[in-house]
Amino acid sequence: MPPTFFNQGFQRKRPSNHKLPPGQYETHDFPVLSAGPTPRIALDKWTFTLEGLVEEPKKWSWQEFNALPQQDFNPDIHCVTQWSKFDTKWRGVSLDTLLEHVQLRPEARYVMATSYGGYTTNLPLADLRDGKAFIGLTYDGQPLTPEHGGPARLVVPHLYFWKSAKWITSLRFMAEDEPGFWERAGYSMYGDPWKAQRYADDDE
Amino acid sequence: MMSKLDWQRATVTAIHAETPRVKTFTLSLPHWTPHLPGQHYTLRLTAPDGYQAERSYSVASPPEQPDEIELTVEAVEEGEVSGYLFEGVEVDDELEVRGPIGGYFVWRATATARPLLLVAGGSGVVPLMAMLRHRQRAMLRNPTVLLFSIRTPEEVIYRQELEAMTASDPTFTLLLDYTRQAPDGWSGYHRRIDTALLTEVVKRFAAAPECYVCGPTGLVESVATGLQNLGLPAEDIRTERFGPTGG
Repeated sequence: MPPTFFNQGFQRKRPSNHKLPPGQYETHDFPVLSAGPTPRIALDKWTFTLEGLVEEPKKWSWQEFNALPQQDFNPDIHCVTQWSKFDTKWRGVSLDTLLEHVQLRPEARYVMATSYGGYTTNLPLADLRDGKAFIGLTYDGQPLTPEHGGPARLVVPHLYFWKSAKWITSLRFMAEDEPGFWERAGYSMYGDPWKAQRYADDDE
Repeated sequence: MMSKLDWQRATVTAIHAETPRVKTFTLSLPHWTPHLPGQHYTLRLTAPDGYQAERSYSVASPPEQPDEIELTVEAVEEGEVSGYLFEGVEVDDELEVRGPIGGYFVWRATATARPLLLVAGGSGVVPLMAMLRHRQRAMLRNPTVLLFSIRTPEEVIYRQELEAMTASDPTFTLLLDYTRQAPDGWSGYHRRIDTALLTEVVKRFAAAPECYVCGPTGLVESVATGLQNLGLPAEDIRTERFGPTGG
């Protein structure tokens, strides 16, 4: 059945070999989007912390963090600004590995990711488990550059990429969901690209 | 009751060529809501086979211009959406849009507005133009500088209007920076924006300005970092970038 409204003469110009979420197009570049200046973080000052609803917070230095077991990840990523990028090449530490180092309180259900520079974004805890999320340290075999979120970036590829907080420094476990930076500005609390949950109005 | 983010069918009422690669589309909206300068709309094209493509475009018009929006669009090479807008759209055609969207790269003008430093690269001037038009309509006189980096003279979007604004408002300064080819006899900036250039621009302000920087990633990265190195706080530097891809 033809759509009820269509733009006469418009047709797909860029065929993609991949299945694209609604409204997305494939890019082979790696566009940069952030709300303010790129923070530069000295590695000897860098720390990463798990805190909030845990029996005891856990903090790593850069050296300690890099000594954790690392894995390769090849996720497809989807940005709310409509680009998707397939088969990206990352190496980093799985959230499952990190979570072995803390004892979560039973009421912990949500997470606030916080970045150097003050950026925040919220996620359900379940979306960080079972191989679904990692802290990326290298991209395409090189240390992650500052504009793409280096030295370390949270990567949660099954959600829109603003949930993959650049310049990550902590994860805080919470009982209730709270909006982060873009979520307070009207973006979706969850951000499922396959349901096109771009803005709060798109959430059920 | 329609939510502001429902899709609506707008009618194209005017198409104006700004430069050889940039056009402004005026869209009449059945459900217009006032936007904040800096916000954008998402435009959706649907093919007869149901395929859809969406792109976001900054609003160029001020909120004082009711019932319609102006979207200024740059033709991207091989652009699926911009290509169709440039080749396939005429006045009276209908286009689906939703918005206004965006709550951070926006300027809320008040009578006590702080000085404003706007830095644009190419079509990054579009959301900044909405701020300037709004400022003009609201008759604000906060010291304001637009530093506008373009490669060549023919790429100056909104040139006439910006020059008229300069002539009529002594508190507004337009600084053009031609990075490749400057007009004959040009005595202004003619190089990529660097620290020395930013230092000169920031010195024009008696009080620290709020900064809005929009353009290609390279320019935004270097300007935002440069402004921070000059001592401006990160929270006063708002950025919007477009990468090498687009639509």
